[in-house]
Formats: sequence, structure tokens, C-alpha cells
Amino acid sequence: MFRLEARTSTPAWFNLALPLLAIGAALVLCSGLIAVAGAGVIEAYGVMLSASLGDSYAITETLVRAAPMILTGLAVAVAFRAKFWNIGAEGQLLAGAVASCFVGAIPMPGTLAMLLMALAGAAAGAAVALVPATLRVKFKVDDVVSSLLLNSVIYYALMALIEGPWKDSFSGYPISPPIEDSANFPVLVEGTRLHLGVVAALIAAPLVWFLIARTTLGFRIRVTGENPEAARYGGINVQRVLISTALLSGALAGLAGVGEVGGVHFQVMSDISPGYGYSGIVVAMLARLNPLGVVPAALFLAAVMTGAEAMSRATGVPAFLSDVIQGTALLAMLVALLFTAYRIRRVAT
Amino acid sequence: MSASLIEMRGITKSFGAVKANEAVDLSVAPGEILGLLGENGAGKTTLMNVLFGAYAPDAGQILVEGRPVGIHSSADALAAGIGMVHQHFHLAPRLTVLENLLIGIPGKSGRIDRAGGLARLKEIGRQHGLSLDPALPVSALSVGEQQRLEIIKALFRGAKLLILDEPTAVLAPSEVDGLFAALRSMAGQGLGIIFISHKLNEVRALTHRCVVLRHGKVAGRVDDPANTTSSEMARLMCGHEIVPPTKVASTPGGSVLLLDRISTSGHAGTPLREVSLFVRSGEILGIAGVSGNGQRALADVISGMLPPKTGTMTIAGKAVAQFSPRSVQALGLGRIPEDRMTTGLVTNLPLADSMVLPRIGTEAFSRKGLLNPSAIRAFAETQIKAYDIRCPGPMVRAGALSGGNLQKALLARELAFDPKVLIVSQPTRGLDIGAARFIHEKFLAMRAKGCGIVVIGEDLEELLMLSDRIAVMYEGRIAGTLAGAEATVARLGLMMTGAEGRA
Ligand SMILES: Nc1ncnc2c1ncn2[C@@H]1O[C@H](COP(=O)(O)OP(=O)(O)OP(=O)(O)O)[C@@H](O)[C@H]1O
Ligand SMILES: [Mg+2]
Repeated sequence: MFRLEARTSTPAWFNLALPLLAIGAALVLCSGLIAVAGAGVIEAYGVMLSASLGDSYAITETLVRAAPMILTGLAVAVAFRAKFWNIGAEGQLLAGAVASCFVGAIPMPGTLAMLLMALAGAAAGAAVALVPATLRVKFKVDDVVSSLLLNSVIYYALMALIEGPWKDSFSGYPISPPIEDSANFPVLVEGTRLHLGVVAALIAAPLVWFLIARTTLGFRIRVTGENPEAARYGGINVQRVLISTALLSGALAGLAGVGEVGGVHFQVMSDISPGYGYSGIVVAMLARLNPLGVVPAALFLAAVMTGAEAMSRATGVPAFLSDVIQGTALLAMLVALLFTAYRIRRVAT
Repeated sequence: MSASLIEMRGITKSFGAVKANEAVDLSVAPGEILGLLGENGAGKTTLMNVLFGAYAPDAGQILVEGRPVGIHSSADALAAGIGMVHQHFHLAPRLTVLENLLIGIPGKSGRIDRAGGLARLKEIGRQHGLSLDPALPVSALSVGEQQRLEIIKALFRGAKLLILDEPTAVLAPSEVDGLFAALRSMAGQGLGIIFISHKLNEVRALTHRCVVLRHGKVAGRVDDPANTTSSEMARLMCGHEIVPPTKVASTPGGSVLLLDRISTSGHAGTPLREVSLFVRSGEILGIAGVSGNGQRALADVISGMLPPKTGTMTIAGKAVAQFSPRSVQALGLGRIPEDRMTTGLVTNLPLADSMVLPRIGTEAFSRKGLLNPSAIRAFAETQIKAYDIRCPGPMVRAGALSGGNLQKALLARELAFDPKVLIVSQPTRGLDIGAARFIHEKFLAMRAKGCGIVVIGEDLEELLMLSDRIAVMYEGRIAGTLAGAEATVARLGLMMTGAEGRA
């Protein structure tokens, strides 16, 4: 018989190996599904790998996809550190996309446009995140529920905009007018979609790490998340910390929307985000809320997403498998986290 | 001696490099109350957790009524007739007393056997004088009542051996008597009891025999605790004599803390009603009283956590304009909270973080919003040395420290900034006598340096030993104040019941 026993200490290598174990477990578990779908497991994963990381173009595609998830992953990681349960990165991303698209459609010099787009997107995301944070601070409303529900509100508001007053008059589809060409983010490698926003996302991760680890705000966020009572006794204004965290988290998620508008789609449509906000939760958990870990975690999910489409085309396995792998990786990670606190012990019966 | 109820043989348990228990032998006979003594970190709780199945020992054997048994979980322990009351209770606050008793007990054909449970509860109440209203939710019980429920829970599950880990640390002195009566009654009916406490007078009054642990090993046994002096036991525990600190006379200066007709509302517990008091520099003011008579509100007001409804407070001559932990601290107030684990420290973060927490925004530890990690580390390292805080280093998780060391860390973080006034609640709760002595010495040293100290406590002996004056709280008021010389346990006890007014 086996039992769980509380660990007295966790070896350092174990903490590093944990996400890898979780990912490995997810891939093994999903191989069963691939087999059921009638494809060879090795072949399917092979196609996934080569399509996501096989050549330089594939790598740039994976990076382009990773960028929004790095930002939403950072947004979630920051929020969860303070135990502000922001499940609303998706809505904040959409708000950021809409705001930056509005700004980008106004004719002005390109650099200024890009700067203002980023500012507007960050502000819009922050404003959205402020809602659940304020409800929690003022009225003790559960932030999980309010931030989650707000996603639908924003999604349908966006739909109403692009099907109604904001619909592009030159197109038959429900999409917004495009931003000015001069506001399009510069492409870094000719012939790919690798844009400036990807670099910005990669730079954001160490910046957020620095903020959490090396600033007094980061200190207050960490202490508030771990023990709000000790924080209050220690003179920290817990409510203000929660609001600051929400603004920061929302701004990061909003920037993810800016990147999608400025660097990938150049306009807003209903499917501008295939759930990047929700994937941000998976990314943050895989990274164990460490901002530096967010980058590899987002790259993994991005590789799975790009790879899954190619695999679907080549082997006929539905591309939904990408979502299943994401979900399984999250579950595996949650289980694996249990083993940082417990170990399995065999006992005589 | 009769055959033992429980016997532990050669128990060894290590946590990494720390040997928490090493070749420990211990036995309890039916009807016997065994005292388990030792300094903070000596391994008492670990040993009992091994017995209760929470930890697997690295070596050693457990025998129940002479038969070796494997105890791998608390369920195994309960099945073997071993019950444990932990220091932190394991109760479901929203459920009632009866429901808490019935958790995990298989009922009749899948249904909960309420009637049977009620009957057993009544019976246990009659046998040992342990009664509780079965319909009350646990959240409505006082700490003492919750402890009673934990004891009843163990008896309910048929415990033949009851382990109590520092049960008196959370009780008011009056509640201790009730607990002891119940424990004696249980022992009288053949139950074995293991009793852990740092208060040697309690151990001498209650137990039949003692085992003393030091650094995980059995350092000695006491066969006749009633006729063994406290200092002899202390020597066994620490390996050397513990001398009480000498309190030199001091002439108090001007008042450094002044409360003028402070009243509060909107606070859990008894509110303050027109409380006025003062503390002078170089003086220790003790606040005595049965817990729940407004001490919590008083501590919260002084430490800036609770703005009063009416009244004023002055620290070192300056009126407190805005009540917040930061503003009172800026005026020179040092604070040590009652609950180290929940209010004082952040157990999951490095010790250094907890040590700088209240002053993180000051020049000492940060500049323009940027932390100064080397200053933080250096501060923690210096204090760890100065206060002899036993830990692997400043980056260790605060929660890994023992109670005495946590208290030293909290003391260090305040005293390093030379407060003009210090407010402390229950400063030595759960500490061994060596650690308690250390804390007392620090208070007296601060007093000699001219600090004014308010000590809120329930341990009258401690208050009498430390205080220059003692104020007694009753129903949110100061019932009276005695000069240290005229205060006695009897007199304070009377005032605490509201019987005697100002002396
Ligand atoms: N889960 C754990 N992980 C690592 N070390 C531990 C753990 N539990 C206890 N220890 C260490 O084992 C030693 C014994 O601790 P234990 O809690 O048994 O002491 P104690 O005698 O109960 O002390 P106290 O009087 O403060 O309650 C200490 O050095 C402690 O730091
Ligand atoms: Mg203990």
C-alpha cells in the first residue's frame, strides 16, 4: 500500500524538474488520444516538433504565438502572487486590443502611434482589472467569479462594436477598420511575422521579475499574498497593494492585446484571441508564478499550438488536441505541485 | 509498575541534518500522567507525532499493551487507542460540536448516528465534567472550549492514551484548573496521559512521572515531580542552571505613552470603555486580566491597528493624529504581537523578509522603491547573531523556526530600532524557561535604557516579576492599578473578577 507523507524538505532539483515532469506526463497521457484518433504517436509528435521548432520560420511562428501568452502569463503570475485571483486576463487582453486599435486608426507618425497604442492598451486592460479588484476591496466580492464573468461582458461588448458602429465599411465581415499602415509594428526578420512586440514581451519578463524581487512594491505584493494579516500589522496597506497589483496585472494583459493588433492582425475581430488569457493561467502555473519561468512555459504552449495545427493537417488528428495537451499539462502540474509538499511512501499493510 | 499501555523503544527521527529524536525510550502505564519536558526544539512534538502516526520513525518500535504495532497514520493511531490534542486544533468551524465529533465515524447504514453520538457526549460529560452544548457551531466556542472538544473527540473515538501538546499555553489560568480536574478524572479511570508543558509548576502539580528531552535525546527522568524543584527540572532541560534575572530599581522619567479616555467599537471582542493609562520611560507596566476583557482591543489601539472611537493617544509627547501601524512606529513605538505565526511573521517567506517587514519602506532597507537586498541580509544576519536565533541562516523559511526563536526574531526586529515605548502581548507564551528568561532580560535591559514597556499577559507570576505597576482590565475598563510592591497574585485575582476597585 502507498500513502502520502508530508515532506520535511524539498530538494532544489525537484522544483526545477517539476514543470518538465508535468509536461512529459501530459505528452504521454495525450499519446493515447492520438492513437485513438488513428495516427502514429511518434509520427504525430514528430510533425508537431518540426512544425513548431523545426526550422527558423517555424521558430518565429512559435515566438509570435508565445508573445501574448508571455504577457498574459506575467499578468496572472503577478496577480496570483498577491492572491488577487485574476481569471480575467482574456477580457483585459480584448480591452487592450480594442483600445489600441482605436488609437492606431488615427493618422499620426508611426512611432508616436505605437507608443500611444501601448499606453492605451495597457490603460484599458488595467481599467478592466480594476473592476474585480475594487469589488473585492470595497464589497468583498469574490474576485474569481467577477473577473471571470467580466470576460464574457467584454467579449460581447466587442462583438457589438464590430458588428455595429465600429464595423469596417469596406469589408463584409464583422471586423473593425484596420490601423494605419504606419502604426504596424516593424517586422524584425524579413519574410516572417516576427514583430517588435515579441521582443517587448521577452523584455517584459525580466522587468516583471525585477519588480517582484527587487522593489518595495514587489515585496509588499509577496508579503500580502502570503499573509495579509502580518502585512497589515507590518504597516502595509493591503487594499492599496491589491489595487496596484490589479492595475499592473491588467496592464500586462492589455499589452498582450496591443501586440496582437499592432503586430499580427492590424485590426480587431471576434477571434483575435484563441483564449490567450486563459492560457496565461496555465503558463503562470507551469512557471510556478515565477516571471522568468513564464517565458519557457509560454514557449512550450506556443509550440504545442503551432505544432498541433500542422499535426492535424498531416495526420488527421483534430487540432483540439492542443487544448487537451494544455489542460492535461495544467492538471499534471497541479498534481506535481502536491509532490513538493508530500512524497509517496510505501507502507506494510 | 504495571504493564505499560504504550511503549516507545529506540525512536529515532531526523529531518535532513537535524536529529529531532535519537534513541528515545518512553512508556506510559494505564492511569499514569507522564510529563514530557524539554527546551524549544528538543523534539517533544516530533516524538508525539511519531506516536500519532504523522511521521514514520527512522528507527524504533512502538508497542501498545505489549504488542508491537505499525502506526502509519492518525487513523492507525486512533485504532490503537491513541488520541492527540495538537497545539493547533483540527476542527471544522462551521459545523456544530456534535457534527465535529461525528466526522469520520461510520454511522448506521450510511447515515449519521446523531442520537448515539448525543448519548456518548452526555456520558463523557458526566464522567469527566467535560460538557459542551452539542448544537453550538465551533466558531462560537472559546479557545478553551475548542480544546475541550478536542479532548472529547479523542475520548469519543475510544482513546486509551491521550497526548496533549502544550494544552495550557492557550488557556487562562482559571481554565487550567478545570482541565487538570478532567485529566485527573480520566487518569483515575485508567487512561494514560502524556502532558507537554513549559510551565514547570503545572508539571509538578499534575504529573506522576516525567521524561526530559534535550537535543532529541532523553536527558533524564523524574520519578517524583511533586517533590522535585523547578530549578532541578530546568537544569535537566537546559543542562545548566537558570537564574532569575535581577531587577534593579529604576526611577521612571516622564511619560512616554499616554492614553486618555480611549473607547473603541467595531472590533471583535470586548471594546474599550474610557481607558486611560500612562507609561513612563524606564518603567514596565503590566496589564493583567482574564483574557477577553479588552486586552486585544487595547493592544490593537496602541499598535495602530484599531483607531479608537473617542479619546487620544500620545507617544513620546506627540499626539497620534492618524492611527496606523506606520504612524505609531514612526513616533517611536515598538510592537510585538500576541500571535507570532499569523500576525508577526510570514511563514512561507525567508526569515529576513519578516525581520524587515515593518520598516521595508525606510532608508534602512530600500531607496526610491528599490530594495537593498544586501542591507536586508546584513540586518538579519546581525540580529541572528546578537539574539542567538538558532536557524540555518537569514534565507530560511521563517516557518521552520521554533517558537522561541521566532519570538527572538520578532523582538530583534523591534529592539534594533530603539523604541521609546514597547507594547508586547503574551511575550513568553509557548517558550521554554531559558528562552523566556532571555526575553525577560531583554525587557529589563530596555527598561534600564529608558524604554517604557507595556506587557499584556495572563501569567501573573511573570507580570509580578517584571512590572513596576500592574493595571487590571475588567470588561473593557481599567479596574485598578497597583504598584508592583503592593501587588500579589491574590489581590490581582480578586480585581480581575471585578470585585475590587481602584486601590
Ligand atoms: N517538519 C519539520 N521539518 C524540519 N525540521 C523540523 C520539522 N519539525 C521539527 N523540526 C525540527 O526538529 C526539532 C524538534 O522540533 P519539535 O517541534 O519536535 O520541538 P519541540 O520540543 O516540540 O519544541 P517546542 O517546545 O518549541 O514546541 C527542531 O530542531 C525543529 O526545527
Ligand atoms: Mg512542540
